[in-house]
Amino acid sequence: MDLVAPAGSPGSLKAALEAGADAVYLGLRDATNARNFPGLNFAPAQLHEVVETAKRFQAQIYVAINTYARAGKWADWKAAVDQAAEANVSALIAADLAVLGYASRTYPDLRLHLSVQASATNWRALRLYRDLFNIRRAVLPRVLSLTQIARLAEHDVVPLEVFGFGSLCIMAEGRCLLSSYACGHSPNNYGACSPAESVAWIPTPGGLETRVAGILIDRFAPEEAAGYPTICKGRFRVENRIRHVFEEPTSLNTLDILPKLAALGIEAIKLEGRQRSPAYIAQVVRTWRAALDACQRDPVHFVPESAWVQALGKLSEGQQTTLGAYARVWR
Amino acid sequence: MRLALGPVGYHWNNDQLLAFYNDIAEAPVDIVYLGETVCSKRRSLGWMQWLEIGRMLKDRGKEIVLSTLTVVEAESELSQIERVCSNGEFLVEANDAAAVHMLMENGLPFVAGASLNVYNERTLAQLRDLGLFRWIPPLEISGAALATMIRMLGSDHLETELFTLGRMPLAYSARCFTARAHGYTRDHCHFICGRYPSGMAVETQEGQPFLTLNGLQTQSARIVNLLPYWREAAHAGVGILRISPDASNTPALLHRARVALDRGNIPEVADLIGAPECDGYWLEQAGIITSSAPCV
Repeated sequence: MDLVAPAGSPGSLKAALEAGADAVYLGLRDATNARNFPGLNFAPAQLHEVVETAKRFQAQIYVAINTYARAGKWADWKAAVDQAAEANVSALIAADLAVLGYASRTYPDLRLHLSVQASATNWRALRLYRDLFNIRRAVLPRVLSLTQIARLAEHDVVPLEVFGFGSLCIMAEGRCLLSSYACGHSPNNYGACSPAESVAWIPTPGGLETRVAGILIDRFAPEEAAGYPTICKGRFRVENRIRHVFEEPTSLNTLDILPKLAALGIEAIKLEGRQRSPAYIAQVVRTWRAALDACQRDPVHFVPESAWVQALGKLSEGQQTTLGAYARVWR
Repeated sequence: MRLALGPVGYHWNNDQLLAFYNDIAEAPVDIVYLGETVCSKRRSLGWMQWLEIGRMLKDRGKEIVLSTLTVVEAESELSQIERVCSNGEFLVEANDAAAVHMLMENGLPFVAGASLNVYNERTLAQLRDLGLFRWIPPLEISGAALATMIRMLGSDHLETELFTLGRMPLAYSARCFTARAHGYTRDHCHFICGRYPSGMAVETQEGQPFLTLNGLQTQSARIVNLLPYWREAAHAGVGILRISPDASNTPALLHRARVALDRGNIPEVADLIGAPECDGYWLEQAGIITSSAPCV
C-alpha cells in the first residue's frame, strides 16, 4: 500500500518526502482545491520544482483540483488543470465532472484520481466515473464501513485509496453545506469548511466561545481544550440537552485495521492535513511509514506499536482517535 | 411557471403518507416526486404502493417522477435504486452517481437532483449529453450563478427546477443523528425518526434555532422561501418551483402559491410556514441569512 501524504507548503512537502511518503498531494493557491486557506498551498510556478524534488525521493506528486468549478469561472479550473499537466505531475485528484471531462479529453495520459469530494460510495458510482473519464483510482468517503469497503474492493472497478489518519469528516464529503449555511463558504463552493475569516474565539465569563459568522458553535470551560469550530464537532441543544449532536472532536485513525485493508488490496492510504505544520507532517508520516512497513513485512502478526499509537494520539483532535464509520457501530 | 412537490423527506407512517397524497391529488401541483430519498431502512410504503400512488396522481393530471436514495452504500440500496431506475413507467430523479449510471446505461432521460453537485455550465452540459432533461441546482448556488449557467448553456432541452420552499437538506452522513440523539445506533434505531414528522430541532447553546435532524440528513432550521424572487427566477430560466413537503399546510401552500402566481403576484405564505425564513444562498450570502423581501 502506498502512503499518500499532504503538503500545504514547501516545508511540509520536504517533511513528508524525508519521512517516507510514496506520494504527496497538494493544491494550488486558489479556490480550485479543498484546503483554500490563507498562506497555504502552492503557486503554479512552484509545481515544476515540486515535481523535481519529489523525483529525488522517488516519490509522486498529486495535485488536488477537487472543488466544483464556479458558474462562469471555468477559466480558473481549466488553468489549474493545464498548469498541473504541464508540470508533469503524476496524477490529478478531481471531483467535478467538468474538471474530469476536460482533463481526460485534453490530457488522456494524465492519471485521474476521483476525489473524496465526489462522494462515490458504491461500485455503480465508480463505474460512472471510470466509464466516462477513465479514472485510475478513487478516494473513498469516510462514511463507509470496512465491510462495505470490502464489497467495493471485490467489484474491482478501480483501485481504491482510503483515509488512514487525520480530521474526520462525518458527513458524506461533497454533500455537506453546513459551513456555507452558517457563513457562505463551503468545501464545494469555496474550498474551505469554517474558514478562518468567519471564525471568532471569544473569552467570556462563562468560558471560551467559538463562533462561525456569529453563530455559537461551542462554549468551553476553563479546563477544557477548545476545538476548532467545524459545525459538525460543535455542542448544540437538542430536546433540552446540550451535547455533541453530530460527533465529538476526534481524529480518524485506522492503524488497527491496516492488515485488513492490505488484504482487501487497497492501493493507497491517505493522510489528511494539508493545513498542518511541517513538524506535524513529519511525525505522522514517519509513524505511518513504520506501520506500513511493519504490516507489509508480517501482516498476520501486525500489532500497532504503543509508540505509534501515542504519537498519533498526541497529534489528534481532542487527543482522541476513532475508527469512525469503518466500525459499523459508529453509525 | 409550473409547481412541483418534492419527495417527502421525513419518516411518515403509512397512514400519514396515504392521507397526504390523497390531499395532494386535489392540490394544484404539476409535478410530484415520490419515494424515499433519505434512509433505505424506512419502508412505510411498499414498492407497489408507491406505484399505485403514482398512478392515482397521474390520473389526476400530475407528472410523476420517482426519486432515488441520496447516499447509496449497500448492495441492497443499489438494488433499491435499480428497481426505481428500471420501473418502465415513470421518470426518475437521480440523486446519486449510481442512478445516473443506471439511467445512462438504459438510455433513459433523467432529472438531476440537487445533491448531484451541478455547480457550473460545463458539468450541466455533460449531464445533458448523458440524458439530463431537468435539474435542481445545488441549494447553495446563487440566483446570479444560476442565471449565468443557463445563459451560457442555452435553455434548449433543459428544464430548471428551483428548490423554492422548505427546510433545506444541508448534509448527509452514514450516521443517523436522530438515533444518536436517543442513544441508539443506526442498526438499532427503533425507527425513532418516525416520531419527528418535521424533523428534530437543533438550537445553539444560546437558543438560536439552527439545524434540523432528519436521520442521516441534516436540514436547516429555517425555511428557505424564494417565492418573492419568482419573477427573477423565471427571467433566469427557471420554469418550475419546488415546494418541499412538510407535515402541516403543504396542500394549502400549493393552493396559495398557484393562485398568486396566476395573478402575477408574490405568494404570501408566512402564516402557513410558521417558522423563520431565509434566502441568503439566492443572494450569494450565508444560507441562514434572511433579507427583507424585495420591492414589488
